[in-house]
Amino acid sequence: MLTINVKKQGDKDTQIAICNEMTIYTALEQASALSLHLKAEQTLQLDLSEVSEIDSAGVQLLIYMKKETNRLNKQFSLVNHSQAVVEVIELFGLVSFFGDPIIVSSNGNEL
Amino acid sequence: MSDMNAVLVTFTQEAKELLGEMEESLLVLEDKPDDSETIDSLFRAIHTVKGSSGLFGFNDVVAFTHEAETVLDQVRHGEKAINDQLISTLLDCRDHIEKLVDHCIESSDQALPEELVSAGEALVFQLTGKQADDNALAVLDENAQSNVLEGMGEPSDLSDSWIIALEFKVDAFRMGVDPLSFIRYLKTLGDIQKVLVLTPELPEGDGFDPESCYLRCKIAFVSDVDKQTIEDVFEFAEDDCVINILPPNSKVEEYLSLLENLPELHVQRLGDILLDVGVLTKNDIARAVQVQTVSDEVNSDDTKPLGTILIEQQVVHPVVVNEALKKQEKIKKKVAGEANYIRVDSGKLGQLINLVGELVISGAGMDLMVERHGLSDVEEVAATMTTLVSNIRDTALELRMVPIGETFSRFRRVVRDVSKELNKNIELQITGGETELDKMVVEKINDPLTHLIRNSLDHGIESPEQRRQAGKPEKGIIELNAYHDSGHIVIQIKDNGAGLDCEKILAKAITNGIIPEDHNLSQQETFNLIFAAGLSTKAQASDLSGRGVGMDVVKRNIEALRGTVEIDSVPGVGTTFTIQLPLTLAIIDGFMVEAAGERYIIPLSMVDECVEMSSGEWAVDEVMNYVNLRGVAMPYIRLAEYFNEERKVASSERQSLVIVRSGQNKVGLVVDELHGENQTVIKPLGKVFENLRGLTGATVLGDGNVALILDIQGLIQTATKKN
Repeated sequence: MLTINVKKQGDKDTQIAICNEMTIYTALEQASALSLHLKAEQTLQLDLSEVSEIDSAGVQLLIYMKKETNRLNKQFSLVNHSQAVVEVIELFGLVSFFGDPIIVSSNGNEL
Repeated sequence: MSDMNAVLVTFTQEAKELLGEMEESLLVLEDKPDDSETIDSLFRAIHTVKGSSGLFGFNDVVAFTHEAETVLDQVRHGEKAINDQLISTLLDCRDHIEKLVDHCIESSDQALPEELVSAGEALVFQLTGKQADDNALAVLDENAQSNVLEGMGEPSDLSDSWIIALEFKVDAFRMGVDPLSFIRYLKTLGDIQKVLVLTPELPEGDGFDPESCYLRCKIAFVSDVDKQTIEDVFEFAEDDCVINILPPNSKVEEYLSLLENLPELHVQRLGDILLDVGVLTKNDIARAVQVQTVSDEVNSDDTKPLGTILIEQQVVHPVVVNEALKKQEKIKKKVAGEANYIRVDSGKLGQLINLVGELVISGAGMDLMVERHGLSDVEEVAATMTTLVSNIRDTALELRMVPIGETFSRFRRVVRDVSKELNKNIELQITGGETELDKMVVEKINDPLTHLIRNSLDHGIESPEQRRQAGKPEKGIIELNAYHDSGHIVIQIKDNGAGLDCEKILAKAITNGIIPEDHNLSQQETFNLIFAAGLSTKAQASDLSGRGVGMDVVKRNIEALRGTVEIDSVPGVGTTFTIQLPLTLAIIDGFMVEAAGERYIIPLSMVDECVEMSSGEWAVDEVMNYVNLRGVAMPYIRLAEYFNEERKVASSERQSLVIVRSGQNKVGLVVDELHGENQTVIKPLGKVFENLRGLTGATVLGDGNVALILDIQGLIQTATKKN
């Protein structure tokens, strides 16, 4: 089962879509795939629109990615948050940590 | 007015007791300056003195104690360190308070004399001269708070929030624990104000294992539910997560008032109190206790109190723990004060014991009647009565028993002050303070003991230089020991000083004409000479001597209590005074014998054995009055002859030999008849008979006759001397 899908690959700008849930069950696979790109690319953008479900392990992976790119002075951003992702990020109070604009859906909880 | 006086007497007594407590605490602090319990009891003592003085309007006492109390309060809160100097000052303060109290009682209408005022001012200056000004407790308070709230914004915003800290273990995800689900569930119980996710352990680079959990959460949560409910949320994550739940600040008020209203029925452990109030859950306590046990195993000398551990684990506010500890202390005191002690006029106790004495006598009379009239059906009832009476007797006597420890610990001060005065380094070691004896005996033994101890301090222990030259440690040791021995209490005063100088004693005794020059005294007898009136071996009298109580008075006082004193001394090694006293002066178990138609009582505890006195069985030396009993030679006394010299008893009559013992000495008493055990109520002989040798008192028997109580120690001395 494919968990990530490289939508656009360039020298400096790589967009990756997560096309499955982000849970403890997928974390290992996603992590190894993502860390390959992390090492290769300078700028990384994750498209979260397809993330139907996310749990703490998934959030932890996102935190890890954010911290690693920070450490390595690379660009990292999240786009197109799905409803599930927004809910969890808000619940964890991590909106400002990721610092990405979130398009708030009509029934979303705004912080 | 007389009512007022009674109240004043109570006040004086209480003040004296409290001052005694103060002194004791201070002396303990000298050895253990960090003992917070002792500091607390010191503070309480002075606080109570202040309070009750205020009731009577003794403003001088209140003003002065207030200063001391303030300083002690600082000590209690760790703002001021306790050191030798402060202890000395506080001891002086204690003495000053005593003087103030005395002044107020005796001449309350007069102004304070000039010297008391100036002494008080000097002490206050010493006390408050330099004050440390850091508020350690407050700092502790803030620390504990800020650690949890770190990064959580202004504490004031969160004063109504529970602070829940979750530290997940590495395997949490694999065990199916998802932090998110807790937060979601918490939302159903109340309002989550803020969540802070921390990942201090998140590895960098390839060390990251996406299936391990590196998350930590702090959650600010507002809800009306109690702590247990919140903890239940995390119940099934217990094994995979360290959970700390700190109640909101606003709850603290609630807890404090709950603590305040906790019923003060019985002493509880700190954990139980906190559990009762709802500050802690059972898990909190179990964890803290586990930490305590583990640290106990690692370092058994340094066990942390549970309260400290709880604060370190940040599951409870320090304020609440402090309050709970205070409450616990209060309950302890209340329970101890209420349930265990009643103040009773000692006169009433004396009356009770007199009545019990009469009861014993008439009980004996009843037994006699029952026996005489052969009332077999009454016999059983009478036997039960006798048992009950003897139980009542024992209980009544026990009421007057007090441990001697209090008297002993008073000597700490004496030793401390005198050794400072004499520039000697002396330590008092007390053992057997729990040994109990009659209050009256305790009171009367105080003076002789004081004298013997002063004697040891002054004459016994050498100066540090002398000790060094003699190759002994500079510090002299005086041991004060008490223990029970066959119905007696033995008090030992043992010093490791120079020992008695026999030559000096003999020389002095000869000059004073106490003994002839061609004396033939044993070492023991020489030692006993120091109890003779008019003998002091010390060339110059120090201010410790010359208090009007000589060693002769010491001996007389002890003998008045039907006791004995023995001396044992080795030159250069030390001297031991051994005082033996009867446990009580009122009623004893006696052994009744008869000689020449007269009945005598021997204290049962001193009877070793009874055998038949027939010259066939034992080698009896009629001339020297010696009997060889199974290889042990001992003197014997024929009681009939001893008390009535004219009457000669035919030796053909069947006689018994009662072996009595006092300490190491054994003597046989020859009697005509053995009557067996008897509960003996001691009635003092009148003044006229005070100087009779061999008798200490009399008792009334069931049939109304009088039996004489033998002074066994006196008899033993007489018998040993004769030969």
